[in-house]
Amino acid sequence: MIGGLFIYNHKGEVLISRVYRDDIGRNAVDAFRVNVIHARQQVRSPVTNIARTSFFHVKRSNIWLAAVTKQNVNAAMVFEFLYKMCDVMTAYFGKISEENIKNNFVLIYELLDEILDFGYPQNSETGALKTFITQQGIKSQHHTKEEQSQITSQVTGQIGWRREGIKYRRNELFLDVLESVNLLMSPQGQVLSAHVSGRVVMKSYLSGMPECKFGMNDKIVIDKQGKGGSADDAGKSELGGSGKQSIAIDDCTFHQCVRLSKFDSERSISFIPPDGEYELMRYRTTKDIILPFRVIPLVREVGRTKLEVKVVIKSNFKPSLLAQKIEVRIPTPLNTSGVQVICMKGKAKYKASENAIVWKIKRMAGMKESQISAEIELLPTNDKKKWARPPISMNFEVPFAPSGLKVRYLKVFEPKLNYSDHDVIKWVRYIGRSGIYETRC
Amino acid sequence: MTDSKYFTTTKKGEIFELKAELNSDKKEKKKEAVKKVIASMTVGKDVSALFPDVVNCMQTDNLELKKLVYLYLMNYAKSQPDMAIMAVNTFVKDCEDPNPLIRALAVRTMGCIRVDKITEYLCEPLRKCLKDEDPYVRKTAAVCVAKLHDINAQLVEDQGFLDTLKDLISDSNPMVVANAVAALSEIAESHPNSNLLDLNPQTINKLLTALNECTEWGQIFILDCLANYTPRDDRESQSICERVTPRLSHANSAVVLSAVKVLMKFMEMLPKDLDYYGTLLKKLAPPLVTLLSAEPELQYVALRNINLIVQKRPEILKHEMKVFFVKYNDPIYVKLEKLDIMIRLASQANIAQVLAELKEYATEVDVDFVRKAVRAIGRCAIKVEQSAERCVSTLLDLIQTKVNYVVQEAIVVIKDIFRKYPNKYESVIATLCENLDSLDEPEARAAMIWIVGEYAERIDNADELLESFLEGFHDESTQVQLQLLTAIVKLFLKKPTETQELVQQVLSLATQDSDNPDLRDRGYIYWRLLSTDPVAAKEVVLAEKPLISEETDLIEPTLLEELICHIGTLASVYHKPPSAFVEGSRGVQHKRLPARAGSGESTDSPDVSQSVGGATEAAPTVIPSQGDLLGDLLNLDLAPPAAGPTVPPSMQLGAMDLLGGGLDSLLGGDIGGSPAMGAGLGSTPAVMPTSLGAPPVVGGGLGDLFDLGGSVGMPAGAYVPPKSVWLPAMKAKGLEISGTFARRSGVIQMELSLTNKAMSVMTDFAIQFNRNSFGLAPAGPLQVLTPLSPNQTIEVSLPLSTSGPVMKMEPLNNLQVAVKNNIDVFYFSCQYPISLLFVEDGKMERQVFLATWKDIPNDNEAQFVIKDCHLNSDAASSKLQGSNIFTIAKRTVDNQDMLYQSIKLTNGIWVLTELRVQGGNPSYTLSVKCRASEVSQFVYQCYELVLKN
Repeated sequence: MIGGLFIYNHKGEVLISRVYRDDIGRNAVDAFRVNVIHARQQVRSPVTNIARTSFFHVKRSNIWLAAVTKQNVNAAMVFEFLYKMCDVMTAYFGKISEENIKNNFVLIYELLDEILDFGYPQNSETGALKTFITQQGIKSQHHTKEEQSQITSQVTGQIGWRREGIKYRRNELFLDVLESVNLLMSPQGQVLSAHVSGRVVMKSYLSGMPECKFGMNDKIVIDKQGKGGSADDAGKSELGGSGKQSIAIDDCTFHQCVRLSKFDSERSISFIPPDGEYELMRYRTTKDIILPFRVIPLVREVGRTKLEVKVVIKSNFKPSLLAQKIEVRIPTPLNTSGVQVICMKGKAKYKASENAIVWKIKRMAGMKESQISAEIELLPTNDKKKWARPPISMNFEVPFAPSGLKVRYLKVFEPKLNYSDHDVIKWVRYIGRSGIYETRC
Repeated sequence: MTDSKYFTTTKKGEIFELKAELNSDKKEKKKEAVKKVIASMTVGKDVSALFPDVVNCMQTDNLELKKLVYLYLMNYAKSQPDMAIMAVNTFVKDCEDPNPLIRALAVRTMGCIRVDKITEYLCEPLRKCLKDEDPYVRKTAAVCVAKLHDINAQLVEDQGFLDTLKDLISDSNPMVVANAVAALSEIAESHPNSNLLDLNPQTINKLLTALNECTEWGQIFILDCLANYTPRDDRESQSICERVTPRLSHANSAVVLSAVKVLMKFMEMLPKDLDYYGTLLKKLAPPLVTLLSAEPELQYVALRNINLIVQKRPEILKHEMKVFFVKYNDPIYVKLEKLDIMIRLASQANIAQVLAELKEYATEVDVDFVRKAVRAIGRCAIKVEQSAERCVSTLLDLIQTKVNYVVQEAIVVIKDIFRKYPNKYESVIATLCENLDSLDEPEARAAMIWIVGEYAERIDNADELLESFLEGFHDESTQVQLQLLTAIVKLFLKKPTETQELVQQVLSLATQDSDNPDLRDRGYIYWRLLSTDPVAAKEVVLAEKPLISEETDLIEPTLLEELICHIGTLASVYHKPPSAFVEGSRGVQHKRLPARAGSGESTDSPDVSQSVGGATEAAPTVIPSQGDLLGDLLNLDLAPPAAGPTVPPSMQLGAMDLLGGGLDSLLGGDIGGSPAMGAGLGSTPAVMPTSLGAPPVVGGGLGDLFDLGGSVGMPAGAYVPPKSVWLPAMKAKGLEISGTFARRSGVIQMELSLTNKAMSVMTDFAIQFNRNSFGLAPAGPLQVLTPLSPNQTIEVSLPLSTSGPVMKMEPLNNLQVAVKNNIDVFYFSCQYPISLLFVEDGKMERQVFLATWKDIPNDNEAQFVIKDCHLNSDAASSKLQGSNIFTIAKRTVDNQDMLYQSIKLTNGIWVLTELRVQGGNPSYTLSVKCRASEVSQFVYQCYELVLKN
C-alpha cells in the first residue's frame, strides 16, 4: 500500500510530507526531488523506481504530488487516489497552488489523516468529508450524539456520498450533456479516427433521499422496447428529447452512486444522487458522429523559402444553430521569417512564439464556409531535417451533442417527502466542444 | 487565516521561543505554536527537542489541536520512546470517548506509534474498538490490526485479533468488510502458507455482496482479494464472473482494472466452447478502450496492462487498432506504449492503416519515439508478409531523409527483413551502402556489416567497405568487432583470391590484440576451421540460416501468466514479478493462473495464444533480441560461454604458422579441398585443442566443436541402475536372471546375468518379448555360446531395437519377457526406465520449444516435486544431459533457476519440461508437458533416478 505522500513546489521544496509506513524514510523525499524533479531529462514515466522504492507522481500546474511505496501496490488505485486527492483539495480551497497549499497545510494534514489510513484509501467524497472536517476546528465539538452517529454512518455507509435530511424549498435539477468530439483526418479528407467522449454532469438540489432514474436514446434500450411492443413512451420527449433516433454507445462508466448490477442486467440507470454538482456518467461513441466542421488544407512549397497555405473550413450542422469560439491553428515551420494572412471572416494572426497562425471566428452558423490564405516566408537553413508538418487543429463549441445523444427522461421519486416527479424543475443543456480535432496537412 | 506564515520562521533561538509559546496559557497561542512546529517538521527541521512541550498540549478538547499533536507524535515517538509513554493515558482515555470520531482517531493514531511500550497498552482498546457499536470505529480498528501486525506479528496472533478480524468479514457494514479484507490480505501476504484468508464459497458470497455496496476503494480491496481465490469448478467461476462484470462500468479505473484481473484469471477455467466465454470476451474490450480516455498517468498504467492482455488474449482487442493511434499531444510515455500495442495488433487486415500512421510518426520530434516507429515498420514487414514490400519502400523513403538516427534505425530493421525474406529485397543494398559513413551507432554499424558480409558476392567493393571498418577495429564496440570478423570470413569464403590479406589481418586483430574472450574465441574457431577444412568452414559459416520468427519481445509464458495475476499493480507496470522489486517476504509467492477445468475441448481447438494476425504459420515465439540474432550464429549463447582460455605466446606463434600453411594450401589447391591439404595440417590437432580447452573432439568434426558451449565438461553419461533380480531361481527351475537396462552411445541394451543354481548344465538359451508400449524387441539372438554349468554366472548384453510390435502396457514401461532354455520356458516381467528411450537428438530449437510449450494445452501439464536433491542447476543440467535430457534455456529469477528442457522419445514423442531449482532448497519442482500426458509420470521417475544417483 501507499507508504507515504509528498507534495513539492516546482523547486522541489517539500510542502507536505506524510509517511504512513515504516519502510519509507525521510531520504525518500530527497530521492524523488533529485531523481525526478531536478532530473535533466524530461519525465519519461509517471512511475519511477529508485533503489527499490516506487514513486508515482502527478503534476498540477507547478505542484508535484508524489506517492511512495516499497510494495507491489495497485498502481491504478494510487493514481486514482492522487487525482481524488486533488479534487478534494480543490473542493476545500480552490486552485492547487503553492500559496494555497501553504495556507491550508494543517487542513491538508487533517484530510490526509482521514482519507488514507496506513496507506489504504478511505472514503474521500467531499460531500461526506465536509460534514466533519472543517476549517474551523471548534465546530466539530458541537455535534450532538445524533449528529455524530449520522456522520459516521454516512462516512462508512452504503450511500457515503449523500447525507440525510437535506431540504430545499424548490426542488430543481440541471443536466449538462458535455461532449468533446475528437477527430483525426488525413489531408485527403479521410477520417482516420473519430470518437466522442461525453459526460453527463448533474447539479441536483433535491430534498431527502431521492431515487432517480435516467433514460437516454441508448440503442440497446430502444431496440429492446421496440421488440417488446410495450414501449414506455411516456418518458419520451418529456425533456425536450425530440429525436427518435437512437445511438450506439460503445462503453460507459458511472459515478459510484449508480447501481451497476442493475445497469448490467436491465441497462437502466438508477441512483440516489449526491447533493450539488457531480459527474453522473461518461460515455464514448464512435458511430454516426456528426462532425461539426470540416477542414480542407492546401499547403504548397514554393521554392525553399516560401510556403503558400490555404485552409477552408465548412460548418456541417443545421443553419439555425450557431457555433462559437472557433479557433483554427495552422502550424508554421520553425524558420518562418514573416507571414501575410488574408481571411474572409474573423481575425487571424501569426504568433511567432507558438509557431502558428491562429485564426479566430466568434460565431458561425451551420452550412457555411470560410477560408484563409497565407504566405509564409522562410529563412534558408542548413537543417537537413524536413519540417514535420504538425496537424492543423481546431477548437469550437456547438449547442448540440455531436454523438446524437438525447436525454429521454430523468424521473425523481422521494417516497418519504411530499413532492413528486412533476414538482421537480428540470433543465437540460447540450454542449459539444472540440477535443483533439486535427487535420493533417 | 493564512497558515503560510508558519513556513517562514527561520530565525535563531526559534526552538526556545516555540517552547515558551507551547507552554503559554492562551489556547490560541498554543495552537499557533503547534502549527509552527508541524511546519518545521514538514520542511525537515528537527524539532524533536520540543517533545514534552508538544505532548503537554495533547489534553485538549480542541479536535484540530489534538490532531496536530498526534501528527507530531507519530513522527517523533520512535526517537523518544520513553517520553512517548506520557501520551498513553490520553490515548486510552480517548478510546472511551463518547464521540466515535475521537475513539477512532485515538485507535488510528496509536497504531502508528511504533513504540513497544505503547503497543502493549494498545491491545485492550483495540479489542474494544473491533467490537465497537459504531462502524466508523470498527473500520478504523480493522486497519489498526494490520498496523499492529507490522510492528509485532506474534502479539496479534497471541491476542486472537486475527479471528476477530475474520469475523469482521461478515460485518453488516460494507466498509468494515472492505477494510477487514484489506488488512487480512496484507497479513496473509507475509504468511504465505497460512490459510488466513480462508476463502470458501460462503465468504466469497459475502464479499460479492459487499462489493455492490462499499466505496470505490473498498471495491478495489475486495476485487484484489477475489483474484487470489481459485474457484472449485467452471460453474463457480462463471457465477463469480457474472457478478464481477458490472464493475467494468465503474468510473474508477482501478476498479475496472481489478475487475479485469479477476475476469482474466477466472476465464482460464471456463470451457472455450461455452457461450458465456465468448460473451465475456466481448465485454472486456469496451472498458479497456475507455481507460484510454483517462488522465495520462492512468492511461500509462492501462496501456502497460493492455500490452499483457493483448499477449495473453489477442482476440479481445483485435478490432480496436484505431484507439491506439498516437495523438500529437500524448505524453511520450503514452506514445511509446501505444506504439508497442499497435505492432502487436497489426495484421493483414489493418496493415495499410498502421503503416500510414507509422510513417507519420517517423517524422516526429522525440528521438526515442521516432526510432521506435521506424523499428515498428520493420516489425510489420516481418509480421505481415503482404506488407513487406511497402514497408521496405517506406524505409527507403525514410533513409532518403538523411536524418541520422532514422537512417541507422532503418538499416537495423532492414537487416532483419533480409533475414526473413532472403533474396527478395537485395536491390536496395546500393542505397544502404551510400549511407555507410553516417552510421555511428554500434547496432547500425553491425547491421550494415552483416549485410555486406552476407551479400558480399553482390557488392563489388565489399572488400573495400569492410576494410574501411577494419581500420578502427579496436575502437569499435564488441558487437561490431564480432560482426566484422564474421563478415570478413564470409567474404573470404566467397572471394578467397582477393581477400586473403584481409582475413589474416582480422584474425590476428581478433586473436592477438584483443582482450575480449568472446572475440578471441570466435577468432580462433574461424581460424581453425579455415585451416582444418575450408569446405566444412564454408558449410558452417555460409550455412542457410533459420528464418527469424514474426513476433518479437514477447514476454516469456510463465512470466506472462504471473503478470496477468497482477493486473493493475506495479508488477504489471514494470512487467516484472513482484519479487524483482519488493523486499522481504512480501510478494515472493509466485501467482499462477488456474488450470482449465472443462476438459471437453480437444487439443486442436483454436489456441488463444495464436498470433494476432491470424497468420497461418506457427504460433509466435520469443526470439532473442536484436543483438543475439547476430551473435547467435554459433549458438553459443545457450549456456554461459566457456571462460576464455589463456593462450601461451608460444602457442600463438604455432597457430600462426599453421594457418599460414593452411591459407597457402587453400589458395594453392582447389577450393573443393584435396585430401592432401588435410594432411598438410596434420599437426594442428596436437596444438589447438588444448588452447580451446576442448576434450578430444578434433576428429569428431565440427558438429562437436559447436556443442562445446552447451556442455563444457564431458557429459556424465547415462545413469544405469544396478541389476535387480527379475526371475528368482525358485520359479525357474534353478535359473536365476537378474538384469538392468542401459543406453550406451545410442544403443539400448538389456544387460543380463544368468546364474545356474540347478544341478545340471543349461544350454540353448533364447529370448523373446511380448508386444509392449514402445515396440522394444531384441535386435539379435541371446548370445550364450557356452553351456552354463551349475553355479556358474554369465553376463550377457542384448542389444534392443524399438521396431517391434506395439501394444500399450500397464504400466506403460512394463516389459514381458520369455526366456527359454533346454529345460523349459520361463516368463517374467520387468520395468525399464523410460530414459532408455530418450534419443540423442532430443535437443529442440529454442523457438520451436517456446512455440510447442504454448501449443500443448495446459491440461497436459503435470507437476512433480523432487525432494532432497542437492545439486545446483548447472550440475543437474549436465547430469541430465547424460541421459539425453537437454537443457534448451535457463532463466534465473531471484535465486530460482528455471531450466527448460526437452526430451525426444524413440517413437518421436516430444516431452518438454521446466525444472525449477531454488538455491538452498533441496526440493525441485518439475513441470512436464507432453501431448501424450501418460508419459509424464515416468519422465518424472527418470528425473528422480538420474538426479539422485
